[in-house]
Amino acid sequence: MLVPPVAVFLVVYVGSLSVLFVSSFWTVDSFSGKLEHIWNVGNFRTIFSTADPTYLRIAGRTVGIAAAVTVTDAILAFPLAYFMARIARPRTRTLVFVLVLLPLWSSYLVRVYAWRLILSNDGALNWALGGIGLHLNIAYTNWAMWIVFSYVWLPFMVLPVYSALERIPDNFLEASADLGARGWRTFSSVVLPLVLPGLIAGSIFSFSLTLGDYITPSLVGGAGSNFIGNVVYENVGVNANVPFAAAFATVPVLIMAVYLSVARRLGAFEAF
Amino acid sequence: METRATRLSLRIWTILVIAFLWIPLVLIAIYAFNKSVVQSWPIPGWTVHWFSIAWHDPDVRAALWLSVKVGLVATGAALGLGSMAAFAIHRFRFFGRESISFLLLLPIALPGIVTGMALNSFYVFAGIGLSIWTIVIGHATFCVVVVYNNILARLRRTSPSLIEASMDLGADGWQTFRFVVWPVLSTALVAGGLLAFALSFDEVVVTLFTAGNQATLPIFIWNNLREGQQFPIVNVVAFAVILLTIVPVTVSQRLTRDTGVVRRGAALTAAAEATEITTV
Repeated sequence: MLVPPVAVFLVVYVGSLSVLFVSSFWTVDSFSGKLEHIWNVGNFRTIFSTADPTYLRIAGRTVGIAAAVTVTDAILAFPLAYFMARIARPRTRTLVFVLVLLPLWSSYLVRVYAWRLILSNDGALNWALGGIGLHLNIAYTNWAMWIVFSYVWLPFMVLPVYSALERIPDNFLEASADLGARGWRTFSSVVLPLVLPGLIAGSIFSFSLTLGDYITPSLVGGAGSNFIGNVVYENVGVNANVPFAAAFATVPVLIMAVYLSVARRLGAFEAF
Repeated sequence: METRATRLSLRIWTILVIAFLWIPLVLIAIYAFNKSVVQSWPIPGWTVHWFSIAWHDPDVRAALWLSVKVGLVATGAALGLGSMAAFAIHRFRFFGRESISFLLLLPIALPGIVTGMALNSFYVFAGIGLSIWTIVIGHATFCVVVVYNNILARLRRTSPSLIEASMDLGADGWQTFRFVVWPVLSTALVAGGLLAFALSFDEVVVTLFTAGNQATLPIFIWNNLREGQQFPIVNVVAFAVILLTIVPVTVSQRLTRDTGVVRRGAALTAAAEATEITTV
């Protein structure tokens, strides 16, 4: 019974991944545009070249914004998750849960588009800021990408943090209070260590999803806001240099492999 | 334990974050009724004019129809493959069992762009022209895991003694399936199917690599946004897409309740389980 699904999967998916990986060691002839099956590491040399740091800079921007987004989401999500897990009554909790989950499921592209409308020069943000005499020109900048990414991945952070908080037994907190710890001490020595796996689990989503994205940079990023994903997308399409795209695409995959193995050490996978 | 001030500030923070999550969606809904073709805020007036324009637009219709077809076929394939895989993983112990779980999760665990270009280079490599079927294959690869997770979760929570009891009472294999297994699984199947459809209907990252010249509804939006055209129609379509994805998800949430199905969340849960099994 397992034969059909696995066969389909093996052929299509693993086949494609291997073709992809192998092709990253090939080159495209710059004159004829033809694929040359000669083994070399030229693509990787271009990416990691310090003489022409274009691609290193793009990789740096991608990782930097992914990290900023992850931190932002953790800060936004933690108090909300805490409220859901430990303060809200069951009815309120369900309501908050649904209100957090539904935006996650509504179209990603549409949510990015909504922010394009909001951040534009005569959009809702500047209308609201105009009330207090301010004007922000952040459309098509790295700031815009930071806001939009933080927005679209926020629910992914809330859920694991919530489930980690929910699992802390009340008597841990009581014990801490009995032993004389004040609110802050209890928070930093009891709550935070127990929630850490949840935070890391959430960070896997916000970090990895930002790392592989190219939609948001093209829609709300500016001229100099390319992500790894944009370079990959252009090289598959317009530039027709699949080997180079494949080589660059291995960068986020490797980063995630390292990230996941560290996260597993820290117990993030038990947080779900 | 928490002081009154802490509680109050947590409550306010929660309300603010939820507002942050919902304001963009509400704005899209409002912009769909924008009287002006200029997308500034606040909108100068209200109209339902663009709804009828969008509804009669041949490109929108073609895109909608393509999205529905792709969604239905991909969901069908995912239901078949996903439930078969879930049954097999649940019933039998065999060599490579954990790696199969892991394999099914890959398309969702890896960045979408990797899946997209992997499939794209596979099609080029194998000489397959891009068509509706290449889109369907792309969508099916990541829809399978949603169905698989839902069914597997339900199977794990179902006591095997139910089936044994049915057999003991003299039911044959078909009767056991019809009267015991099916009632237990049907809602999980429906929920998994709805989620798979919602996922397919809204997918753009992988689809851009597998679609060729045809446009699904998200690709229609993407193309128009990039070329800066037809914003009023895009607004209406965007609004429709929000409604069309929220409805199946709400229904499926009601059907499953405690499985807590989240797109990639579910995937990682299962990934975690898979790694636990392998490390033990």
